[in-house]
Formats: sequence, C-alpha cells, structure tokens
Amino acid sequence: MTLETFWFILIAVLWTAYLMLEGFDFGVGMLLGIFGRDAEGEDGATRRRVLLNAIGPFWDGNEVWLLTAGGATFAAFPAWYASMFSGFYLAFLLVLVALILRNMGLEYRHKRHGETWQRRWDAIIVTCSVIAPLLVGTALTNLVRGVPLNKAGDFTGTLLTLLNPWSLLGGLTILALSLTHGCFFIALKTDGQVRRDARALGTKAGLVSAVLAVVLLGWVDLHTGTTWSWITSAVAAVALLGALAANLRGREGFAFSGTMLTIGMAVATYFVALFPDVMPSTTNAAYSLTVDNASSSHLTLQIMTGAAVVMTPVVIGYSAWNYWVFRKRISTSTLPTKHDPLAPLPPSESLQEAGR
Amino acid sequence: MSNLDLARWQFAITTVYHFLFVPITIGLSAMVAGFETQWLRGRNPEMLRLAKFFGKLLLINFALGLVTGIVQEFQFGMNWSAYSRFFGDIFGAPLAFEALLAFFLESTFLGVWIFGWGRIPEKAHAACMWLVHIGTLLSAYFILAANSFMQHPVGWKYNATTGRAELTDFVAVLTNKVQLVTFPHVVASAYLVGGGVVMGVGLWLLHKHRGTKDSLMYRKAARIGAVVTLLAGAGVAVTGDTQGKIMTEVQPMKMAAAEALYTTQDHCAAFSLFTIGSLNGQSQKAAVKVPCVLSFLATGSFEGKVDGIDDLKASLPAQLQKQARAEGVPAAYSQPADAVYTPNIPLAYWSFRLMIGVGMTSTIVALGVLWVTRKGRTALAKPWVWAGIAVPLLPVLGNSFGWIFTETGRQPWLVYGVMSTKTGVSGNGAGTVLTSMVVFTLLYAALAVVEVRLFLDYTRRGADPAPPDPDAASTDEHDTPAPVSFVY
Repeated sequence: MTLETFWFILIAVLWTAYLMLEGFDFGVGMLLGIFGRDAEGEDGATRRRVLLNAIGPFWDGNEVWLLTAGGATFAAFPAWYASMFSGFYLAFLLVLVALILRNMGLEYRHKRHGETWQRRWDAIIVTCSVIAPLLVGTALTNLVRGVPLNKAGDFTGTLLTLLNPWSLLGGLTILALSLTHGCFFIALKTDGQVRRDARALGTKAGLVSAVLAVVLLGWVDLHTGTTWSWITSAVAAVALLGALAANLRGREGFAFSGTMLTIGMAVATYFVALFPDVMPSTTNAAYSLTVDNASSSHLTLQIMTGAAVVMTPVVIGYSAWNYWVFRKRISTSTLPTKHDPLAPLPPSESLQEAGR
Repeated sequence: MSNLDLARWQFAITTVYHFLFVPITIGLSAMVAGFETQWLRGRNPEMLRLAKFFGKLLLINFALGLVTGIVQEFQFGMNWSAYSRFFGDIFGAPLAFEALLAFFLESTFLGVWIFGWGRIPEKAHAACMWLVHIGTLLSAYFILAANSFMQHPVGWKYNATTGRAELTDFVAVLTNKVQLVTFPHVVASAYLVGGGVVMGVGLWLLHKHRGTKDSLMYRKAARIGAVVTLLAGAGVAVTGDTQGKIMTEVQPMKMAAAEALYTTQDHCAAFSLFTIGSLNGQSQKAAVKVPCVLSFLATGSFEGKVDGIDDLKASLPAQLQKQARAEGVPAAYSQPADAVYTPNIPLAYWSFRLMIGVGMTSTIVALGVLWVTRKGRTALAKPWVWAGIAVPLLPVLGNSFGWIFTETGRQPWLVYGVMSTKTGVSGNGAGTVLTSMVVFTLLYAALAVVEVRLFLDYTRRGADPAPPDPDAASTDEHDTPAPVSFVY
C-alpha cells in the first residue's frame, strides 16, 4: 500500500469517526425539539436538561474529529482541500454557521436562567442540529457523485449544482441515521420516560433510515461501486436491522453499537466507491483529483504518518477514558436541582464580624 | 471591492476576532489551573472559589475562541485555495498537528473538567485544567510555526514538476528563527492578558465587596494577577526586543515601515514616539523622537545602521527577486504584479506604537496595583477601580495591534518574497466572498454582544460561596451524583 492510499484511508477513517460520534450528538440536538415537552410526570425543561447532560462531556471532543479531518486533508491532499472548500464555498459557509451557533447554544444555554433565553438557544440547537448533518451528508454525496471541475481543479458549478436529488438524498440519509443514532444513545444513557420515548422513536427513525440508506447506498454502488463497497453497504444494512432488532428487545448497548457500525460502514462505502479518486470531475475524467495527483510530497506524508501512528492511540485512549468517567445513566430523578447560575449571592460577612 | 480585497478583509476580521479570545484562553487556563493547584496544596477555600469563578469566565470565553478557530481553519481552503495548493505541502502539516495534538486535548479535558467535579480524584481534576493549558500552548506553537513560515520561509524547495512548494525539512519549519522568538512573545502576551483579566476583575470586585471578608479574597486575586502581569510584561518586552532584531534581519521593510523611517540612518537611529502629520516622508509636522533607541531595537547596538523605506524600495525588489529565482519560483508567484513593495506605512507605524504602548501601560498599572494593595489594604481610590476595568482590555487590544502589525507588515506577500498575496486567492466571485464576509461579521457581532454581556454578568456576580464542607466534594461512587456547580 502506498503512503497516498494509507492517507486516503486515514482521512476516510476521520470522516467516519466524525459522523459516528457527532452523529449521535446531532441526533440528541434534534431530540431536544421532539422530547423537550412535558410528558408523564416529567416536565419539559428537566427533560431537555437530561438530554443535554447526556452529551455534555462528549460533544466538543466529537467535533474535533471534523477539524482533524479538515487539517489532515489540508496536509495530506492540499489540492483536494483547496478544491473542496473553495468549490463547496456557500455550503460550507452554512455548515460553519450551523456549527458555530450550535456550539454557542450548547455552551451558553445554561449560563443564564431566563425562560426566553433558554428557549431561543434551544431553537437554535435544534435547527442547527438538523442543518449540519443534512449539509455534511449533501457535501459528501457530491464528493462521490462528482462535481464540475476544470483543469485547474476549480469548481465551475453553482450552489444549485450541489443541491441535486442524489446529494439531497445523501443529506437526508445522514440526517435520519443521526436521529436514530441519537435515540439509541439516549436510550442507553438515560433512565425513566425519556429512555422509553427514545426507544420508541428510535424504531421509527431507524425504519425510515433503512429505506433511505438502501436506496442511497445501492445507487452509490451502482454508480462507482466495487465488490468492497457492496460488502460495506451490506454490512451497513445488516447492522441497521440488527440495531433495530436489539432496540426492540431492549438491548440498548447493542442498538447503539449497531447504528455506530451502520454509519461507519455507510461512510466507508462512500470512500471505497470514491477511491482512487478523491474528487471526480464531471466535466472531464482527466481533470479528476486522485490520491496521486492531489497528495502531498512523500516527506510530508511520512512525517504525518509518524504523528498519526503515535498520537491516534493516545487520543483514542483519553477519549475512551472520558466516555468511561461519564458512563452512568442520568434521568430526571437523578439530575441535581436546577439552579440559576446568576442568582444573587448571600451577603458576605463583614471584616469586623469576621475579626470577632 | 475585488474578490482579493474582500478575502483579505475577511481574513483580517476573522483573525483579529479569533485572537481576542485566544490569549484570554491561554492566560486564563493557566491562572485557573494555578488557583486549583494552590487549593490542593493549601486547602484554602478561597483558592477553590477563585478557580471556579475564573473557570466560568474561561468557559464563556473558550466557546467563542473555539468556534472562530473553526472558521480560521477552513478559510484557507475557501478563500485562499491557490495558496493552499501551492503551499499546502508545508503549511497543512502544522495545522493537522494542531488538531491531532492540541484540539483533542483541550476539548476532551475541558469537558472532563466541567463535568468532573466530584467524579474524578481531585488531583486528576486539577491535572485536566493543566492539560487544557498545555493544549492551548501546543496549539499556539503549531499555528505560529505555520505563520512564521509565511514571515520567513525555511525548510522548503520549489518543485518545477509539480509546480508547487514542497517540504524539505520539517524540523527547520518548527524551529524557524522567527518562530523561536514569536512563540515566547505571543505566549508572554497571552499571560499578560490572563494576568490582566484576573487583576482587573479582582480589583473591581475588591472595590464592590469592600469592607467584607470576600474583599480579602479579591485582593489576593488582584495581586496575583498583578504579579503575573508584571512578569509577563517583562517577558513580552524581552521577547519583543529579540523579535525586533530578527524582524529587521529577515524583513527590513517591516521595521522601516514600523518607524516610518524613509532615509537610511547609518548610526544612532532615533525611535519615534509619535508623529503628527502625514507619514509619507515629506509633510511631517511634529514628531517626538528618542535618539539611538531605534538602532538599539533593530540591531542591539546604539550605533547600528537601520535601513530606510526609500533605500529598501530601491534595493529590496531586486534582492528578493533574485532569491525567488534562485529557488526556481516562477515570477508570476513571487512578484507583486503592481510592483508595490511597501506595506501600508501609517497602519504599520501606528499599530506598532499602540502594541508597545498598551503593553507598557498595563505593566505600569500592575505596579501601581501592587502598591495600593500592599500590606492588607483593601480600600481603593476610584481611579484604581477604573484602571481595573481598563486593564484587561489593554493587553487584549495590544495583542490585536501586534497581529495587525505583523500581518500587514508582511504585505504584499502571503509568503514573504515567494508568493504575492494576489496570487494566493481563490477564484470565487466577489459576491460569494462578500456573502460570507457579511454573514460572518454579523454573526460575530451578535455573538460578541452575547459573550460580553455574559462575561460582565458573571463578573458582577462574583465567586460562589465556599462549599460548606470541602471534603464532601471528593470522589463518590454513588448512583446519585452530588449537585455540582457545572452540570448543565
């Protein structure tokens, strides 16, 4: 295997890890809008806190996989990075705005007590948790499908070129998978009514995802697929059905692992179908960016390989520790009482009293 | 405005905005880690209260620093795709290293720190904040290495077959002499900001709580902040001085522009404190100058020769073109088409002065704070309270001026002498770039309002009271987590 191929695989792994991990916190973000209302004996505000606390320690670290995927693409395939980000300009602008607002919502929502304040941030979190996976899915599908690139590697289409039926189907599939994944995560991480609701919704969302994913992956395999992409697609389909079955039997850990594998294999299908291109040109096949013509020099790839080999296990190690530390289920009953972070403080002792 | 102008404006806005938050994060994470460690050593509940209080301010600020950093990373591909293609082989690696070594560390351990109170051992909890701080430093190192390459390209060669610049020596890129002075300078400036925030907030709360027991705690914070500000100020001065000499060596035009020095001074060049009138070399109305100081700043000797703009304009282009030709870089990349070889002089002149001025002012205020709070004094005169409010702002602005100076002083090149700014821009239409510039600027403005309000509200409220029994906050393995201050 050449270094270029190795780096193609690594970037595929980074994108896969990103969607497998942030997928569930996107899903939970959407659930905020679905489960965030009053339900049997539980008030909506507390339910929203349960959902947010479930992803609280994780979502920020999950997002770093995207930044690493971007950075690694820049370092290992500069021409790909340049064409992709300048070509998908407005789409990425929207993704960035969605991610920025979503992050701010997750960080700032709890910093103030007011009803209006929290409602507004909730709306932002929900909206952005829908937009981000939708657009990331759209962009990745366009990548596999090919876009008009000229000889210099510059995108010659418009925003509408990117919004074609297949790419939109790709966006919807990633969206539905994220929602299912988020449901299973919540089912695994919480207790009480929220957990039961998540299981019920997970089944419905899972069935929709299954239909979308089968059509999408089937098309990808017919479009540029290989034997391997058929295999990964098949594994994705089986994993999703397995996840649904596990969910029905109340095996939440298996259900969550199942959607994890589904998303992993779906993204793997994309990259297997893409290889050896990294960004096919629909204008002229000769203009396509490939692992060979878009890659960095050998020296850069070697240095990056050294860093990746040493650092990836370390990163995975402490991320795993993070998930281990916060492994307990939370529910409306175990959540500490809500407090106003800006509530007035009791008057502090005066110096004279303290001196006495 | 052209696509190029808009892309430059957008880069400037994004960078300056991002860098308002970065130094606060670097400086404050160290201060919070320090407070928490002090608490572990002495079990003084005030230290825990300060750690939690400044921790909240850190989090409010970290959120914005992070999201603006995301835009920064993708902006190279969006707006500067020709640059990314040409220099990605070298420039991409430090960015990828930053993500792999620094971002994961910061994000993961900050998450553990926020939610980990009472769930992990206390020492591990404090270690999390130190890891966050180490992450910020690593982040700074790699980003500054990438920037230093643009200021002074080393460890690369032009490959005529692939038509791009390629890496030849990564160690050289990481130990670029510009980098070796820039990193300590930027980190010292970040500590200046961290110290300034703690000092200013401490002073203000000390005044607000005067006469109460809490005033002693805020006095302590103000004094610790002042000591950090002083030490950092000394560090900023020393590293800045060294940096000036390296800059004169590798980018003589930048130093000349910083001084608006038009004619070469063979010895004893004067440092201009300020100038009234135009900086075009002809119609200067008045200027206050300190003899020989510029020579010292630029060369380390009061007798050193400093080149002026006019002379550099005559000699520099030929010299740089010769270098670029020797590297084999096509003239289309290395020569600014309109043959402008000087940066914007007034911008360089004033940003350089403001950078130094605000840095020095904050150090002087820190000295004053140590004086007025000596020997247990807690009663402050009003001006010191105002100083407390101004002081955190000054070094933050100083950092911005520093970046404006160093980045605009490099113009007209993206990579000094090798790639002109004009040739690096993406082919996107001006409308596209304008759209994103407007969107980001409006978004940034709105978020700035939110963040400043939150920051002020939390500052005004002050530190939470000490927990009734600090031992109760130790690790518990029960199913019901103890109510902790940071849970959402």
